[in-house]
Amino acid sequence: MELDVHVYACSVDSMFVHKMWDENELSKMVDGGIPFPMLADGGGNLGKVYGVYDETAGVNVRGRFLIDPDGVIQAIEILTPPVGRNIHETIRQVQAFQHVRKTKGAEATPAEWTPGKMTLKVGPDLVGKVWEIWKPE
Amino acid sequence: MSESLGCARPTGKVVGADEEIVSDESIERKEKTMGLRPGMKAPDFEAPAYHRGEFTQVKLSDSLGHWALLCFYPGDFTFV
Repeated sequence: MELDVHVYACSVDSMFVHKMWDENELSKMVDGGIPFPMLADGGGNLGKVYGVYDETAGVNVRGRFLIDPDGVIQAIEILTPPVGRNIHETIRQVQAFQHVRKTKGAEATPAEWTPGKMTLKVGPDLVGKVWEIWKPE
Repeated sequence: MSESLGCARPTGKVVGADEEIVSDESIERKEKTMGLRPGMKAPDFEAPAYHRGEFTQVKLSDSLGHWALLCFYPGDFTFV
């Protein structure tokens, strides 16, 4: 399924190092190499503004920002370096936010929602009645 | 991009950030108020990038009209 998301990766490494990493290692994990732009943030100028620059280590920690078509941040996840992200959860969040946006906010996605599952029709009639239609897994 | 490619190490910059002259005091004040939260506008920026064999320039606001996913990570050739 096409999600139409522009992906950007960003570290304090130069674009020269990005090229070497892509050619020498990443292209051996991903056919054809990394398909999205790898941004050079030497000095951490972008990381500082996004609140992910670690002054002591001089690097950007693992921050992930999901930005909607209006340029508004809808989701943020920030991890310290030793734990990697879960792309399935990222994709799930993209699908959930896209669904909510498509309904112009009339529907919300409950915990554990994945595409095809029931959504919540937000309104006065739902107050105190969620237990009737949604159960924890 | 290629004509400006010298031995310097180009880096990213926040759009509009170089217009203001900031004192240490105002930086401190800014840091306290600049925590990004969901619901806020994503700060726009321009940054040099490597993309499929080419050096390019990326501007975040070029993605307006599309969903965008901006992923920071500690460094190339690290393990995770």
